[in-house]
Amino acid sequence: MRILSLAGRRLAASIPTLFLILIGVFLLLQLAPGDTVDALMAQMGGGDAATAQELRKFYGLDLSVPAQLGNYLWHLVRLDLGFSSIYGKPVATVILERLPPTILLMTASLSFAFFFGLLFGVIAARGVNRWPDTLISTLGLIFYATPSFWFGLMAIVVFSVYLQWLPPGGFEDIGNVQTGIWRVLDIASHLVLPTLTLGLIFLAIYLRIMRASMLEVLNLDFVRTARAKGLDETRVVTRHVLRNALLPMVTLIGLQAGTMLGGSVVVESVFSLPGLGRLAYESVVQRDLNTLLGIVFVSALLVISVNFVVDLLYARLDPRIAAEG
Amino acid sequence: MDLSRLEINRRTALLTSAAIAANVINPMRAFAQETPRKGGVFNVHYGAEQRQLNPSIQASTGVYIIGGKIQENLVDLDAQGQPVGVLAESWEATPDGKTVTFKLRKGITWHDGKPFTSEDVAFTAMNMWKKILNYGSTLQLFLTSVDTPDPQTAIFRYERPMPLNLLLRALPDLGYVSAKHLYESGDIRQNPTNLAPVGTGPFKFVKYERGQYIIADRNPDYWRPNAPYLDRIVWKVITDRAAAAAQMEAGELHYSPFSGLTISDMARLGKDKRFIVQTKGNEGNARTNTIEFNFRRKELSDIRVRRAIAHAINVPFFIENFLGDFAKLGTGPIPSTSTDFYPGPNTPQYAYDKAKAIALLDEAGFKASGGNRFALKLLPAPWGEDISLWSTFIQQSLGEVGIQVDIVRNDGGGFLKQVYDDHAFDLATGWHQYRNDPAVSTTVWYRSGQPKGAPWTNQWGWEDKTVDKTIDDAATEVDPAKRKALYADFVKEVNTELPVWMPIEQIFVTVITAKARNHSNTPRWGSASWHDLWLSA
Repeated sequence: MRILSLAGRRLAASIPTLFLILIGVFLLLQLAPGDTVDALMAQMGGGDAATAQELRKFYGLDLSVPAQLGNYLWHLVRLDLGFSSIYGKPVATVILERLPPTILLMTASLSFAFFFGLLFGVIAARGVNRWPDTLISTLGLIFYATPSFWFGLMAIVVFSVYLQWLPPGGFEDIGNVQTGIWRVLDIASHLVLPTLTLGLIFLAIYLRIMRASMLEVLNLDFVRTARAKGLDETRVVTRHVLRNALLPMVTLIGLQAGTMLGGSVVVESVFSLPGLGRLAYESVVQRDLNTLLGIVFVSALLVISVNFVVDLLYARLDPRIAAEG
Repeated sequence: MDLSRLEINRRTALLTSAAIAANVINPMRAFAQETPRKGGVFNVHYGAEQRQLNPSIQASTGVYIIGGKIQENLVDLDAQGQPVGVLAESWEATPDGKTVTFKLRKGITWHDGKPFTSEDVAFTAMNMWKKILNYGSTLQLFLTSVDTPDPQTAIFRYERPMPLNLLLRALPDLGYVSAKHLYESGDIRQNPTNLAPVGTGPFKFVKYERGQYIIADRNPDYWRPNAPYLDRIVWKVITDRAAAAAQMEAGELHYSPFSGLTISDMARLGKDKRFIVQTKGNEGNARTNTIEFNFRRKELSDIRVRRAIAHAINVPFFIENFLGDFAKLGTGPIPSTSTDFYPGPNTPQYAYDKAKAIALLDEAGFKASGGNRFALKLLPAPWGEDISLWSTFIQQSLGEVGIQVDIVRNDGGGFLKQVYDDHAFDLATGWHQYRNDPAVSTTVWYRSGQPKGAPWTNQWGWEDKTVDKTIDDAATEVDPAKRKALYADFVKEVNTELPVWMPIEQIFVTVITAKARNHSNTPRWGSASWHDLWLSA
């Protein structure tokens, strides 16, 4: 129960942070030249000044900046995220539509990266400085150093254009929309390439962290004790080393859940997925303040909740944390 | 002797002679031998989503590419670029140019089953074209009323003479009609129909998943006999150009309009037999690359400096090495594709001549001290990779004559704000998009008195009474021949004064599957209704 009160306190502390972030983003966007009407004019290919003025009134941009900010915050405390100027509907609806693909892609690639990072990290650590370690570390470095758009495009060229095994983009087959299990399989086949593309970079990070932390724990006294007790090597690694070596990995997941939301802009664009990253990018280009602030708000909530889960996981992995907390 | 090459040569020779023979027998039979096939889904690349899809309130290719299949215009352009009736059957103007009467086609219904009448035209003209539609509000500024004596007649009344050929060339883009019964109550901009358009066109709107796709199905009650051929059109939202090229190759896309792919991908797919890569069908969407001068900088207000800048840049070299076949040397604000108004190349031109550029700068009194004469801030528009390449080329060319150029890049909204509202630029470069008549798209770049903040208008701090007068006279000149002559004078005048230099002419590039038939058969085909488009097996 102590862990819950600790986490509860953290949640309470994050609310002022959230407001500060929102105000910060709002003010930062005021510094960018042009507003959503300029962006609309750019898209339309022209329009006269009277129309522009009328549109500014329509979007509520004729008010002063503090008045706009005040309006926004006043709506926010009533849990109203406002109206999106590019989508012409409430921001909450727009974000809710985009959330499933984002969360699906995020969980899939995080799980992929976590599982294989762990596996390869352990293999590399067990065979340190021998060929499995060298091979895995080199591959990891290559994955880490390759830009994700290149990975994505190459994956499309190989698996969709030449081999024609997997669809080159989109969230599901538009031609004949499936139902039930077939729809699940269809969406899954569309997500294979993006998941791999996004996951490979994170995989590289995880396997390096896992390798380092395994090596560190392997040298600790209690491992020597376990070995002296006569435990076999597999038992030593799984029961004693792995559990302790997982702590930095779990920390990293908490941190990277946030990065993944933003970092998937490129992957979403390359694979034409309707996710939050692309929505955020478009909101910046179109100067759609409400949508952008809404995304920041929702992402912050996601990060806070992931970290909450991570806090709980800590306690599960290492009981000392709950006891001391 | 290389046998395989010989073989190919022989085969080509046979094919060529067969083609010649066929053409001798019937020159019109190139594609007509195939019987049009009904059915099929046509997948279209949609690069940038718009905020709405109704072409009656937004004039841009991003809207026409979808809305133009669902809603129809009064008039469109035929294969020769001449106005041809769509919803309008015929038209007539009074000699004073103040009244234009349109006779509308009978028996047309909206997709929801209601009849299409002159009431719809009158409502759209007065409430959308005149009040909301970009470019339309300028075109219809002096429209006072639209009378509807009967359901098939719409009489447009103007306060000042409206040249019929201007109106007919503007209406293909600015003449899409919306249904009165769906728009008459409430705010037009917020009407949900804008995102689920209802029209009279060959395709009926089905579904719009934001960020993913738009679907429209064949309209079985379409008024043209036997049209359309396709069962369905799907527009797929793909923002990444390289990914779109891969989807073309994977067969997931049939058509990428308006130079939607990268220059290198378009060149590459052009060599692939499965695709046709061409500018034909986009002549109505010609554009010129610009250099816009800010006269608030004293150096640039000197005509010798502007001319020196033009002489310092080797445009043919740039086109040949960076843009390839998709561009050609421009001669001014009216592109050569505009057969009705192009004045020919014999207006003042500025060929590449570095020595002359240096002499002009010296003469203007800007001597090179320590290598540099002065520094300029160049703002490139973010619309295409050609602009980005062009701005770097300007920077390097001007560096060679002692003008230091600093490039400041912005996104779309930022660019428009800084150039056309804040005037925070010395040089700007982007596209001037020509819309079939200089009065629609072009003269606003030169006419003085443009309100601050209006994008793509004269915000240079330049004013010329002679040019203003030519522009005003041409806008209300009813005689087509006199109008053409006035625009030739206009081009001569602005090419002499050079407030904006337009040295490159480009037409958008179409990338389309070789299976498509009846495509690119009008000058604004990407925006057209595609009622006759079909896919061969």
